[in-house]
Amino acid sequence: MSPLIAIIFLGTVTLLFGSALLFVASLLGPKPKYSSVKDSSYECGLEVQETGHSKVPIKFYLTAILFILFDIEIIFMYPWAVTYLDFVNEGHGVYIFSVMAVFLLIFILGLIWEIKSKALEWE
Amino acid sequence: MGADIFEISINIIKILVIFLLMVQIVPLLVWVERRGSAFIQNRFGPNRVGPLGLTQLLADAVKFLFKEEFVPSKGKKFLFYAAPVIALVPGALAFASIPLSAPILVDAFEMFGKSWGPYRFAFQGFEMGVGIVFVLGISSLGAYALLMAGWASNNKYSMYGALRACAQMISYELALGLALVGILLIYGTFDFAEMVAYQEGPLSFFFMGKEVIVPFLPNWGIFYQPLGAVLLFCAMFAETNRTPFDLPEAEAELVAGYHTEYGGLKMLMFYIGEYGHMLVASALMATFYFGGYNLPFISTEAVNAFFAGFGFSATKASIVTAFALHVVLFTKILLFLWVFIWVRWTLPRFRYDQLMDLGWKTMLPWALANTIITAALVLLMRTEWL
Repeated sequence: MSPLIAIIFLGTVTLLFGSALLFVASLLGPKPKYSSVKDSSYECGLEVQETGHSKVPIKFYLTAILFILFDIEIIFMYPWAVTYLDFVNEGHGVYIFSVMAVFLLIFILGLIWEIKSKALEWE
Repeated sequence: MGADIFEISINIIKILVIFLLMVQIVPLLVWVERRGSAFIQNRFGPNRVGPLGLTQLLADAVKFLFKEEFVPSKGKKFLFYAAPVIALVPGALAFASIPLSAPILVDAFEMFGKSWGPYRFAFQGFEMGVGIVFVLGISSLGAYALLMAGWASNNKYSMYGALRACAQMISYELALGLALVGILLIYGTFDFAEMVAYQEGPLSFFFMGKEVIVPFLPNWGIFYQPLGAVLLFCAMFAETNRTPFDLPEAEAELVAGYHTEYGGLKMLMFYIGEYGHMLVASALMATFYFGGYNLPFISTEAVNAFFAGFGFSATKASIVTAFALHVVLFTKILLFLWVFIWVRWTLPRFRYDQLMDLGWKTMLPWALANTIITAALVLLMRTEWL
C-alpha cells in the first residue's frame, strides 16, 4: 500500500469524522438564541474593551522568525545524523565529525549572538 | 493500495481501526485523569454513574451532543468551525505512522475458489522509511488549529492564548528536533521498525572498536541517550500544552485560552486532539527509548516461536504474536500517559518568561551538547584507534 494514498485516506476520514460530529451536534442541539449580550466577546463581567484582532506584540513575530532560522539548521542535521554510522564504520568518522563541527560552531555562535542581543528577553 | 481486493480491504480496515483506537482512548484517558486527579488530591472523583464512575463518560458524551451550537457573531464562522476539525488531524496521522506491533505474515491460502498470495501486513496505518520526519512535520500542524481557533473567536483572551500556544510550540519544537538527533546518531535510521529491531536483546555497545555486552540490561535507547530522553519528554509536555507548560490555558490570566468561546462537541474535539498528541508522544517515547513493542531481552522471533510451539499454524502464530506484542507496547504507552497525568496534578505552571527561557536558553543548549557528545562518543567507541 502506497503510504501517500493511505495518508490521504486517513486525512479524509479524520476530516469527515470531525465534520460529521459538528453536523450531528447542530441537528440535535437546541437552536441558539442570540442577544446582544450573549453575542459579545467573553469578558469577566465588564464592558468589552478590545477585540481579538487588535495589536499583537511584535515579540511573537520575532520568535517565529528565529524559530524558522533554527529549525532549518536542525533539519540539516538529520541527514548527517542518519548517515553518520556508515561514515564511521567505513573509517571516515573524523571527516564527517569535523564537517558537522564547523556547522555546529556557526549554530552555537548564532544562539549566543541571539541571547546577547536580547532577542529572547520576555518582560 | 495493494495488489488485490483482500489486501486493500484489510488495509482500509486497519487504518479505520487505528483511527478509532485513538478516538476511543480519549474517554478512557479522561476517566483516568479524573480518577487520578481525585486520587492525588484525596478526593473521590466521579463514582456515582456505573461502577467506579466508568459510565460517566457516556453521560458526558450524550450531554455534549445536545449542547447549543453557538458561534460568536463577530467571529469568523468558517474558521471557527474548521479549527476543531483540523485539531484532530495531526494526532490521527502521526499515530497511524508508528508501528504498534510486529508485522503479520499471512501464508498463501484458498478462498472462494481462488488462491490468495502470501501477504505481509504491517501493524501500523502506513509504513514509510522517513517515519520520524513525517511525525515531526505532521504534529507541528497542530499549531494551525490553535491559531485558527484564536483568530476566529475574535476575543482577546482567545487570541493571546493562541499566540502563546503557538510561540511555545515552535520554541519547544527546536529542543524536540535537536534531542532526536542524538538517537538518530545511535540508530542510523529514520524507520521506526528498524529502531525497534535494534533494541532487541541485551545491552551491547562498541568500546574502542570491540563489542561489549552487558547481559543484565536490555538494549534500550534510554541507556544510550538518557539526556536525550529527558529533553524529549519535557519538550513533549510543552508540545501538548500540558501542565507545567499549559500557559495557553492559564485560567488566572486568559480564562480558557484559545478555546474560551468553544463549547460542546467542538470543545471535545480539541480534547481529542490534545489527548491524541499525548498518545503520540507516549508512543514515540516507548519506541525510541524503551524497546517499542518488544519485551526486554526477548526478540520478536522468540515470541513467534513460543506461540508456534502450541501447534498454531505459521499464520495464526504470527497473528497471536502481533496482538501479544501490541499489548506490550500499550502497557508502555499507558505508563507514559499516566506520567503525563501525574505531572499535571503535581507541578504548578511556569511563568511565561521562565517558559521561554527554559526552551531557548536551557533545553536548546543542552540538546546541542547532547548531539555533540553523542557524535564524539560514537566516533571514539566505534573506531579502532590503535
